[in-house]
Amino acid sequence: MAEAHPVGFQWVMEAKRRGATIIHVDPRFTRTSALADLHVPIRAGSDIAFLGGVINHVLSNDLYFHDYVVAYTNAANLIDEDFRDTDDLDGVFSGYDPEEHHYDPITWRYQSPAEPTEEERRLADELEDEERRQSAGQAQQESHQAAHSESHGSGGAPVNWKGRRDESLQDPHCVFQILKRHFARYTPQLVEETCGISPEQLRAVAEALTSNSGRERTSAFAYAVGWTHHSVGAQMIRTASILQLLLGNIGRPGGGILALRGHASIQGSTDIPTLFNILPGYLPMPHAALHRSLEEWVVDDEGKAGFWGNIRSYAVSLLKAYWGEAATAENDFCFDYLPRLTGDHSTYATVKAMIEGRCKGYFLVGENPTVGSANGKMQRLGMANLDWLVVRDLQMIESATFWKDGPEIETGELATEQIATEVFFLPAASHVEKAGSFTQTQRMLQWRDKAVDPPGDCRSDLQFYYELGQRIRAKLAGSTDEMDRPLLDLAWEYPVDEAGEPDGQAVLREINGTGPDGAALSSYTELKPDGSTSCGCWIYCGVYADEVNQARRRKPHWEQDEVAAEWGWVWPANRRILYNRASAAPDGTPWSERKKYVWWDPEAGKWTGRDVPDFVVDRAPDFVPEQGAKGPDAIGGRDPFIMQTDGKAWLFAPLGLADGPLPAHYEPPESPVHNPLYAQQNNPTRRRLVDPTNPINPSWSEVFPYVFTSYRLTEHHTAGGMSRTLPYLTELQPEPFCEISPRLAAERGLEHLGWATIVTARTAIEARVIVTDRVRSLRLGDQWVEQVGLPYHWGPNGLSRGDSPNDLVNITMDPNVYIQDKVGTCDIRPGRRPRGQALLAYVADYRRRAGLDPTNPSEGGVQG
Amino acid sequence: MSSARSSGLSTWARSLWGRLDEVATDAGYAEPPPRKGFFTDTSVCIGCKACEVACKEWNEVPDDGYLLTGMSYDNTQALGASTWRHVAFIEKPVEPASAQPPPVDLGMPAVGAPTDQAAASGEGGIRWLMSSDVCKHCTHAACLDVCPTGALFRTEFGTVVVQPDVCNGCGYCVPACPYGVIDVREDDGRAFKCTLCYDRLKDGRTPACAQACPTESIQYGDLDELRERAAARVEELHGRGVDAARLYGADPEDGVGGDGAFFLLLDEPEVYGLPPDPVVTTRDLGSIWKHVGYAAAGLLALGIGSSLGGRS
Repeated sequence: MAEAHPVGFQWVMEAKRRGATIIHVDPRFTRTSALADLHVPIRAGSDIAFLGGVINHVLSNDLYFHDYVVAYTNAANLIDEDFRDTDDLDGVFSGYDPEEHHYDPITWRYQSPAEPTEEERRLADELEDEERRQSAGQAQQESHQAAHSESHGSGGAPVNWKGRRDESLQDPHCVFQILKRHFARYTPQLVEETCGISPEQLRAVAEALTSNSGRERTSAFAYAVGWTHHSVGAQMIRTASILQLLLGNIGRPGGGILALRGHASIQGSTDIPTLFNILPGYLPMPHAALHRSLEEWVVDDEGKAGFWGNIRSYAVSLLKAYWGEAATAENDFCFDYLPRLTGDHSTYATVKAMIEGRCKGYFLVGENPTVGSANGKMQRLGMANLDWLVVRDLQMIESATFWKDGPEIETGELATEQIATEVFFLPAASHVEKAGSFTQTQRMLQWRDKAVDPPGDCRSDLQFYYELGQRIRAKLAGSTDEMDRPLLDLAWEYPVDEAGEPDGQAVLREINGTGPDGAALSSYTELKPDGSTSCGCWIYCGVYADEVNQARRRKPHWEQDEVAAEWGWVWPANRRILYNRASAAPDGTPWSERKKYVWWDPEAGKWTGRDVPDFVVDRAPDFVPEQGAKGPDAIGGRDPFIMQTDGKAWLFAPLGLADGPLPAHYEPPESPVHNPLYAQQNNPTRRRLVDPTNPINPSWSEVFPYVFTSYRLTEHHTAGGMSRTLPYLTELQPEPFCEISPRLAAERGLEHLGWATIVTARTAIEARVIVTDRVRSLRLGDQWVEQVGLPYHWGPNGLSRGDSPNDLVNITMDPNVYIQDKVGTCDIRPGRRPRGQALLAYVADYRRRAGLDPTNPSEGGVQG
Repeated sequence: MSSARSSGLSTWARSLWGRLDEVATDAGYAEPPPRKGFFTDTSVCIGCKACEVACKEWNEVPDDGYLLTGMSYDNTQALGASTWRHVAFIEKPVEPASAQPPPVDLGMPAVGAPTDQAAASGEGGIRWLMSSDVCKHCTHAACLDVCPTGALFRTEFGTVVVQPDVCNGCGYCVPACPYGVIDVREDDGRAFKCTLCYDRLKDGRTPACAQACPTESIQYGDLDELRERAAARVEELHGRGVDAARLYGADPEDGVGGDGAFFLLLDEPEVYGLPPDPVVTTRDLGSIWKHVGYAAAGLLALGIGSSLGGRS
């Protein structure tokens, strides 16, 4: 965190000053480790085993927060008797189809109530239908999976009943007992064998964590791409949430799991999304086959317990924001104008489509995939095959110049004269040259005013897209073609200044939403399904309440309490900690005086406290919902997790995750280590990208015996466009380097400050060598595991230039979110790399020696 | 000697070495503001180098060359004419907390490096010390004392500043500084160093590095208040078992009369590349002139004696 978020890290230092214990778990010893009380070196990619070891410690020693777990999680729920765990099936859960590589989750569901009512029976049949659709067939599966795991967004999957529960947590089929059995194998010895973490260190972490959790104290986790950039990334985070739930650390001050993001406003880029499968506020993108009308689109989620059940209001209000007057009840509010999914349109699948000639155009807006995305060569081969490419950036980034100076020009794989891509480079305005908001990891929107005019031809993205839309509409004006209606019917009118820059605050106000009288709305509870309200993003409703830009508020923290509700605006509803009903006991009183946050005021008949209550404000703690209640009416007084359809936090996830209801340790797709837990080496449902340009190293190969992982340095920013082009940052870290242990240096004859060549099946790069004790050689049983650390910021442009480490990375993805695994295997040798054709021959020789099948290079990995 | 004369001499002496509490007054200011300085608490430095960049941005200092040094993450290397804040990085193994290590048989002397390098590294863990170095703005500033043109001067804040429009590039100041801070810019010829953001101070603002530092490792303020704060911080750290914490440059009795920019270190100064016992060059000036005086008097006496004796 100190490396990538030095300014945010000041709060960790403040906590330390007040007596907090800081523990840092990372493959290398970084600037964060230097300030931490304890650094735990871990083998990259093995975090599920480590966290599982801590969970095992908690469960075996009864260190969990009993009252919290019983009341607020699904620990007591009974699971279908046909459920089988990974220990029963040697690494997979019940319902696995080895042909299709996916799960039918029907055996993961809650047991139905002993005597289901008519309503519950009907809901059960609906659920079965849905699950049948989920497992229907590869094409159907792929498209449905694309829609499905995201299509519940933050609403949670549709569990239609609260199911049978054993509050004593003893029944062998209850989640709690399943959890105990599942994590029983994650012993300290196994953690050492898998992660290289000693039992003493594991115990130190477990003891620090458990002694600082409970009624009186809470502990927080912070993570970044060391958890997300893995083919088991979603499950890594799941393991942490299971642990934090067992310790009662969710929904409470000083607790939680905090995602440290990779880019400024990346949270905003999923809230108002730039992702293919979601619409603003995490509404699912409609699917061509499954959602042929507005009704079909919302009916799955409508009426489910919790505020997600009001999805029709959010969806219709969004359509009104897009198409204004043209969207009426008669035309389904222009639902037909929305684009549709037909499959996987995620970024790597799209790059493959470019290579195959199926995708013709590309906008790169503040994005440099030839350096920043996995498998750089695939990115460049894709771009070389486009008809047109538009790049908007502050500097002439590598993705705009690949056609003349990319690595494939040097090797001859591409020739400039033969690349027909028409490349447009449009200079962009920086964040001080335009007004707008950033949304950061706390879901906080902070508005920035414009400080200076952009120089020369630089323009903001807002102006670019607004004007692009206007020009396209001008060209289409008068058209009678039905296909042009979605563009012509857009509500596309914003005030602009003399320079043509649209008023950002007008856009923010539109996102906030307006009511029938045209006035700004204050809360998403005011949204209606009848077309009388308009709202660009339901979770942002309230940011412009009372016609005031709430995101622009800057009351200093020394004039407020630590919740600091008057700095910026947090979605939803300026609520700072989600699920904060869990900061009070089932009876509504705080768990302790020290940790009181939100509690029930019986005299006033409402929830009150230091933050906006994340609950129906006048719902008493003892409220029991009626049978068949829908939407917010289905939330009981003891159901803090209001976005889950059963109101409980899910230790066991019956639905919603492609790779299992529980996390299990799987090895990265390329690994020198045999999975110590299961015969199933890798995540069985991982998404592969099968393409000749994406060959994979065989695991346990002597040809690629070392692990590599990539990461960041404080001095440079992501793909380097904003740092390697500046003298003051270039001089701080002037050249690309790799970091290795002294033992690896001795083994391969590598010298400090010398050159090294690092090679995988994809390609080989060169870097200077830094030999340091900060990279530990890890002892896993009888095996030494060495890791090569690669800061990934470099590319051939700018003041500081070099090879891009992401060229080494294979594209294998998490099945839930399509994020690539940044851990792989490699070889490292002293000396600079071969150039030109010789580089291709060098890599081909490695592939041959590793036994890669040239006709099936993507299948060179472990089968299954 | 008369009392007037002795007070004049000792005043003059105090100007050159020893304890001097009123630095700005001594430099001739009638009613100067309280002395300003830096307290750099390296125990909370995260090595982000925001101080280096903020300083250069504000003062328009040129970049200082691109070189991967291999000195941990320190590619800046040292303070100089174009580097006024320098973050040092020192990687040190942690000695395992066991009792006396067993005696080792060194065997017969041999030529060449030790061969047993293949063992696992960092078994006892490692420490990574990080520290932002800066001009010390000494109470007795040797650079100031030796400057022949008056380019270097003491400000009303007690800081030491070099004026680029007066400096003739003679370079006298360079060897004078006991810390090796000030230097001459090669393509320019003149000497440059940290100004403690004199222009910002005049506007009542905080120096750029202190403003930018996210963890308040660099603290700016009245020097005596900073010294109190620092002493309390050392005590706090000792209370938490960080015995290695100590102040550097905070003692008004030391060889430069104490620094205007002082530090809290977590190890010996030499580990950070700092001189353990810095002494202002002009400290011995009084003694030198006294001995010169004796020698001159002695020679004069000899000369008179021999010319008188030569008559007979």
